[in-house]
Amino acid sequence: MGDWYRDFANSGVGSTLVEQLGLPRPAVLRRHEPGAPLLTGPAVVGTAGEGRLHETVIRVLEDAGVPVQPPAATDGERLGAVLLDATGVTSPADLAAVHEFLAPALRRLGPSGRVLVLAGPPSDAGSPAQAAARQALEGLVRSVAKELRNGATANLLVVPAGAEAAVPGPVRFFLSGRSAYVDGQVVPLTATDVPAGEDAERPLAGKVAVVTGAARGIGASIARVMARDGASVVGVDVPAAGQSLAEVANEIGGTAFQLDITAPDAAQRLIAHLRERHGGVDIVVHNAGITRDKLLVNMDAARWNPVMAVNLQAQLDTTQALLDADGLLRTGARVVCVSSQSGIAGNRGQTNYAASKAGVIGMVRAWAPAFAERGATINAVAPGFIVTEMTATMPFGTREVGSRINSLQQGGLPVDVAETIAWLSQPSAAGVNGQVVRVCGQSFLGA
Amino acid sequence: MAPQTRKAAIVGGNRIPFARANSAYAQASNQDMLTATLDGLVARFGLQGRQLGEVVAGAVLKHSRDFNLTREAVLGSRLSAATPAYDVQQACGTGLEAAILVANKIALGQIESGIAGGVDTTSDAPLAIHDEMRRVLIALSSARTLRQRLEALAGVRPGMFVPEAPRNAEPRTGLSMGEHQAITARQWGISREDQDELAVRSHRNLAAAYDRGFFDDLVTPYLGLARDENLRPDTSVEKLAELEPVFGTGDPDATMTAGNSTPLSDGASAVLLASDEWAASRGLPVLAHLVDAQTAAVDHVHGGEGLLMAPAYAVPVLLARNGLTLQDFDYYEVHEAFASTVLATLAAWEDPAFCKERLGLDAPLGAIDRSRLNVNGSSLAAGHPFAATGGRIVASLAKQLHEAGPGKRGLISVCAAGGQGVVAVLES
Repeated sequence: MGDWYRDFANSGVGSTLVEQLGLPRPAVLRRHEPGAPLLTGPAVVGTAGEGRLHETVIRVLEDAGVPVQPPAATDGERLGAVLLDATGVTSPADLAAVHEFLAPALRRLGPSGRVLVLAGPPSDAGSPAQAAARQALEGLVRSVAKELRNGATANLLVVPAGAEAAVPGPVRFFLSGRSAYVDGQVVPLTATDVPAGEDAERPLAGKVAVVTGAARGIGASIARVMARDGASVVGVDVPAAGQSLAEVANEIGGTAFQLDITAPDAAQRLIAHLRERHGGVDIVVHNAGITRDKLLVNMDAARWNPVMAVNLQAQLDTTQALLDADGLLRTGARVVCVSSQSGIAGNRGQTNYAASKAGVIGMVRAWAPAFAERGATINAVAPGFIVTEMTATMPFGTREVGSRINSLQQGGLPVDVAETIAWLSQPSAAGVNGQVVRVCGQSFLGA
Repeated sequence: MAPQTRKAAIVGGNRIPFARANSAYAQASNQDMLTATLDGLVARFGLQGRQLGEVVAGAVLKHSRDFNLTREAVLGSRLSAATPAYDVQQACGTGLEAAILVANKIALGQIESGIAGGVDTTSDAPLAIHDEMRRVLIALSSARTLRQRLEALAGVRPGMFVPEAPRNAEPRTGLSMGEHQAITARQWGISREDQDELAVRSHRNLAAAYDRGFFDDLVTPYLGLARDENLRPDTSVEKLAELEPVFGTGDPDATMTAGNSTPLSDGASAVLLASDEWAASRGLPVLAHLVDAQTAAVDHVHGGEGLLMAPAYAVPVLLARNGLTLQDFDYYEVHEAFASTVLATLAAWEDPAFCKERLGLDAPLGAIDRSRLNVNGSSLAAGHPFAATGGRIVASLAKQLHEAGPGKRGLISVCAAGGQGVVAVLES
């Protein structure tokens, strides 16, 4: 399942050849390893206008031991990240400063470098000119993401007034190797209380996490990353997948709970299990999903119904039951739902799947306020082309095209989806609620 | 001074689906299956790296290399390597006997937790070299001179190259278990129809239990098998009636067929037992307690009793010691070695003459409510990997009692080769 083209393009002969032919050269992405530094090089931090997050960002970098260089520094060292506090922009004229800061800095950005812009939300701008300037940043960041090479990414955090405390967690995520395949994204934060004292290496320590569909693929990867980050993982999958589910559970020191999540009493059985074994739950990842592809005109109920039941109805029913179960969902709970690029862009032959995955997005947005009232969050991740056993069986041409049509010119790995879900599950991600984070390398589909 | 005792808790169980012989598990050894079963239990209860008091298990058909089968399985599992283990063997009673042994140590406070299990394969069965060949080879290995070696080898005859396979036959009678049971079935006048009906009910109950998710936390799939291979949810009395008898066929009215007898099977099971405190401190459930147990044996060689009738003798002893009657149970698990074994045992308990003359009771034990018998299916449907059956029954009954609520009581009765029987009482 390796990326043969990426490996070839990075080999001695291969790199010469792809350069001469003008072919894309996908990079080997920097991915998080326990104990890895936040960045592989120094950072520069710029401001446009009178920003309010400059100090916050500097503190995050200093706490992580990242050297911060003044923007004007010109020594040869490759930068790990370029950060810009653009919360101060008040009109399009202020954007000139953005350009002035970014242009020289981006020249110095190293492999798998990070560009992160922080801006105020256009929706509560003081004037149309300010809204225009803030919105303009979105277009700028998405374009920068497309211009960057060597595995570098660019993302935008939208920070409303009062949400300053919510900034450090997301900043750390977007700088780290955890966000390797998250590119060109705009993530709005909300003002909320953020618990302090998170252990950077084990941010989920002491948490109980349920992961559905944990027996293989992306689900198994989610379970592994959750366990690595300190959570006690309850892996859930259909009884027929029990052997691999048990192997995953044993590998990560978690437990296996065989359950068909579409059974009428599934939610109650899950709740009873969580009460008995753990007394409650902190993190629920609705990952279980199936595909039954067919053009709509040829699709029968046997293909439509199970996809809806597993991918959408079970998420709704389980989440509602967890909310209703007195005291089960602990304070600061995190629910993360797996949507899909298909749910955003649509996909031929996947009306059922895309409908279910779009439904997940609607569900997350609708539930966000109720979760916020509990100090909890609910979010979705939408994976793009992720290299799994399933994609390995795709025809060669389809797979190659599918994996290249994104800014990172390669398919993502299950661990990329897992890292994003684990981040959204962290206490310090409290400010991200009701959002859809795409893990797609800035896919051209549905962008 | 008698030590204080406590009742051992049954926390839960795990088994792999049972396969028919030479089928899904044809390439799996006893050690493979037992290790996988332990690992499934570890995954269910989060026991990775845990040191338990003891693991006790066994196999009826065992290779000589597997002298330390259970300990080797523990070493291959995710349990702590510091968990001790030993093998037991009491034919088809092995699994239940193992549970009793673990429960007794917990009851005495010698251990806080343990796993009881069993495994058997009729596919990967041990073959021994011909006994005379074995003698030749032993003589050869002790020969010191060329002449002695040649003399030893001169004893080899062509017939000695035929290996000896384990037989499902009683050493002292030469009769297979089925032939023995055919005698008992005839003695008790057990009809073909009643046997077939019991078999159908076993299949239907097992299928229904799977369908309602009862086995979701009792079974872990293995090698592509997610349900017991022998299970025929759509079987019927009419279909079973078409089968030819296979045991006692010297009798024109032979009743025992492949449909109302258990098939040769492969599989493994394991049960987690513990003290209440151990379970509570780990957030683990207590499904039921093992209250008491009893074994008995009959003289099937020259005592005039059926080979598989020993449980009929063990149960009244157990009832008397616990001040119970046969009707004081919410569920009965009577191992279906053959349908006629179950029916003959029940008939014996209802028979005044048997109860008076053989059991020495003033009154018969009486009939049981048949709707409480083997409610989640038994060996006729699930299959019967000899040593794995006890663990299957203990875990399933414990869960059934737990679901029914506190204070429910269940009786287990397992017959075994050699004229033996193992019975136990569980209570939720």
